[in-house]
Amino acid sequence: MPAVDESFIALPRRELADAALQRAKDLGAEYAEFRLERVRSEWISLRDGVLQGAADFSDTGITLRVIHRGTWGFAAGVALTKDQAVRIAEEAVNVALVSRAINTEPVELADEPVYEDAVWVSSYEIDPLAVPVADKVELLTDYSRRLLDADGVDHVDARVASIVENKYYTNSEGTSTTQQRVRVGPSLEAFAVDGGRFDSMASCAPPAGRGWEYLTGTGWNWDDELARIPGWLTDKVAAPSVEAGTYDLVIDPTNLWLTIHESVGHATELDRALGYEANYAGTSFATIDKLGTLQYGSPVMHVTGDRTAEHGLSTVGYDDEGVAGQQWDLVKDGVLVGYQIDRRMAKLNEQVLGTSRSNGCAYADSPGHIPIQRMANVSLQPAADGPSTEELISRVGNGIYIVGDRSWSIDMQRYNFQFTGQRFFKITDGRLDGQLRDVAYQSTTTEFWGSLEAVGGPDTYLLAGALNCGKAQPGQVAAVSHGCPSALFRAVRILNTTQEGGK
Amino acid sequence: MTVSVQLTAQDTVEQALELAAGAGADGCAVLVDESASANLRWANNTLTTNGVMHSSQVTVIATVGAGEGTAAGVVSRTAVTDDALGDLVTAAIAAARASAPAEDARPLVEGGVAPGWDDEPGETSIQVYDAFAPALGEALRRASKQNRRLYGYAEHRLVTTYLGSSTGIRLRHEQPAGHVTVTAKSADLTRSAWVGSATRDFTDVDVTALDTELTRRLGWSQRQVEIPAGRYPTVLPPAAVADLATYLYWTMEARDAFEGRSVFASPEGGTRVGEQLTPHPVTLRSDPRYAGLECAPYAVAHASSAVSSVFDNGLTLTPTDWIRGGRLESLLQTRFSADLTGLAVTPWIDNYLLEVDGATGSVDDLVAGLGDGLLLTCLWYIRMVDPQTLLLTGLTRDGVYVVEGGEVTGVANNFRFNESPLDLLGRFTAAGATVPAFSREWGDEFPRTATPPLLVPDFNMSSVSQAS
Repeated sequence: MPAVDESFIALPRRELADAALQRAKDLGAEYAEFRLERVRSEWISLRDGVLQGAADFSDTGITLRVIHRGTWGFAAGVALTKDQAVRIAEEAVNVALVSRAINTEPVELADEPVYEDAVWVSSYEIDPLAVPVADKVELLTDYSRRLLDADGVDHVDARVASIVENKYYTNSEGTSTTQQRVRVGPSLEAFAVDGGRFDSMASCAPPAGRGWEYLTGTGWNWDDELARIPGWLTDKVAAPSVEAGTYDLVIDPTNLWLTIHESVGHATELDRALGYEANYAGTSFATIDKLGTLQYGSPVMHVTGDRTAEHGLSTVGYDDEGVAGQQWDLVKDGVLVGYQIDRRMAKLNEQVLGTSRSNGCAYADSPGHIPIQRMANVSLQPAADGPSTEELISRVGNGIYIVGDRSWSIDMQRYNFQFTGQRFFKITDGRLDGQLRDVAYQSTTTEFWGSLEAVGGPDTYLLAGALNCGKAQPGQVAAVSHGCPSALFRAVRILNTTQEGGK
Repeated sequence: MTVSVQLTAQDTVEQALELAAGAGADGCAVLVDESASANLRWANNTLTTNGVMHSSQVTVIATVGAGEGTAAGVVSRTAVTDDALGDLVTAAIAAARASAPAEDARPLVEGGVAPGWDDEPGETSIQVYDAFAPALGEALRRASKQNRRLYGYAEHRLVTTYLGSSTGIRLRHEQPAGHVTVTAKSADLTRSAWVGSATRDFTDVDVTALDTELTRRLGWSQRQVEIPAGRYPTVLPPAAVADLATYLYWTMEARDAFEGRSVFASPEGGTRVGEQLTPHPVTLRSDPRYAGLECAPYAVAHASSAVSSVFDNGLTLTPTDWIRGGRLESLLQTRFSADLTGLAVTPWIDNYLLEVDGATGSVDDLVAGLGDGLLLTCLWYIRMVDPQTLLLTGLTRDGVYVVEGGEVTGVANNFRFNESPLDLLGRFTAAGATVPAFSREWGDEFPRTATPPLLVPDFNMSSVSQAS
């Protein structure tokens, strides 16, 4: 099992933390937490099998957040010196003082056990940043050529992001944690250009909390998918345009994960439900007064939140407030039963939530940003003896089987959404009947999940996700996974996107 | 703890260039970005988060080889001290040596020491809110008394970029950017309004005026009207036009168009440059020195992509018309893509203006002339549905106002729309004067935009959104 990178361990994390925490205490802060963080990332892109750009970033810095006379204060800096550590403590207290004019609720945090010198490393085999760039470019060139050399493919985009995140966290209560998380996000997309029209077909390989082994076949069958993409693309270009109307849908986990992310993941973030994101990311229809009563979907809907799933992009040992990773229910038997929270929200709402403990959803995306409530891995559970995807398809007379994600959009309160996909297979009398083009599905969250008739079995389950979920002001990016089985939905509205464009 | 020295930006550039030359790089460009920012965020009439942040990033672009055989290595690090700089330069050169020749390789841009090179980085601090914070505190207390909830965010940022190259360039650009956005809701959360604007220094932000406008809009919302999906005469205020026009600007990649992969591709092959996109006298242009929207007057690239090339760092940017008189004039280029497409070198510029020649008047004038229809506040969650037509989907947000007889008489529900901004430029029937406008969707990332209000006679509201 990999260990925390030695060059991170070598940084003077304890000395800096001691200097900052002591200064904050001297200035009257009742609570303080320090982070030393290093996020290394590498971004490689190829166009038509030729390297377009390769860039290698490393972002290191220190932060201090204080509660000073009941008000938050936060400061971040880059120099890894005691002077700078002292300076950010002074700045953080100063920010708290200036901010008192607009603070009306004294900040208190939910209790959490103290973890001394805890170390946690995510599950991966090969550090992606230890693999030479030239080797990575060679692999992506090979994958690109396999697509380009096939009939019907005119262009290919290939990209991979590799990220290694190191965090040292310590607070004035005595917790200190050192962690390392690794993730990779590959993408390959083949384009066909034909007589003034163009279309594309992308790999469905999701980003994963894995190392470089993911790019060479562990956790994804590249050989099979790359061999099939050109044929899928050719069929899509030749496919008939969908007739707008109402259809039964079998949705593959490669598509459904994103619908879960938008319509359940964000909707069950308590900061949104409480209005903290009203000016930016938006609020949620699933308000806290509906906890335990809101019929979110049909009784087969069971959604969990976790920060513990192996290879999950949101998986951690401890969150950015020193809370240990957990798993809990968000929707059980179709009813809203939980939220994603942090320590302040847990304390503020302990009566309604029925617990005074945070479930560990605080995260800051960089050493320059404050921790906020971010998404756990939010996953739809499969049925223990559930059907295969083929069995779900066999239950549909006139419908569509949707594979792969593409376009996504949902309103500020998480009601109305519209999604497209990579490919859409018409289902006629329980069997796939060729592809369709120009398909989008549009629905309202509770109506859509209410139309969920069946979820597939564990064999259909896939952990998918995104590297680029955005939230908050200043904007922060987070990686998150969503596991789900294939699922059958009845009578969903299908649009023809060409008609929507007035053509 | 070893004593490392934090170099000045100028010393970092000079030492990195020397180290690169000594280690055998054939060319080198160095970017140092010094950033300072301060922010306040509030919700439910109280502070939620705040902070001051400083960051310092050094990017070394090393090149090896000559002519078409030139390869580049690009490495960026924060918190670079004098003793770490050597490792950074070595890593960039190693990356260049391990790479095949770059497709976008061109000779590094030549130049000299520009005025201001020796100046220190721009600074900001929490004190930028010394006048704003008390005024905001007052507004929050007033809102609590009057059963209104305010949610908002204020950010001020200064990024100073130093660019030096082995070809003599020494350029410094200081980019101030700031914005304030506020959402107001009625106590029962059934009514919602929004205002937002960009500012370069917060001296021009009037909290009381923002609150007054929000209160006026919540007042409009006293009468709520249910309106079904459909196509409606709709006034898009400048902020909503910026939500759509920014996406349009981002889509103008020359190479994509040349390869048949965008709405700007010609069915006959090649790009649509030279083609009339709309019968209306519409201009979309960028000008790095446009008063109030000033941005870097030279190209800055931390990595090569479809619209940027590390070899183009320092390339002088001149005022560029993307669309003039409704005709497509140019697309986003690097020197490489310009050669590929046979078009002029017109790189990305960090601002734009969308103008309709001869159009005058404001949103209020368009509303007065509308008769019956809808007035939007802004758009949200805008995503590509069909790149072939640049069909975008998204939602209306925080106030779709009902206009009857040229006056606002109430508020409607929100909608999901499906529309192409390019199509809208052909279909609008009235426009107002272009003014600085802050996009709700993209403004935090791209605040330097100026747009007109537009009246579209048949805006496609595809379905109702219950969000309020």
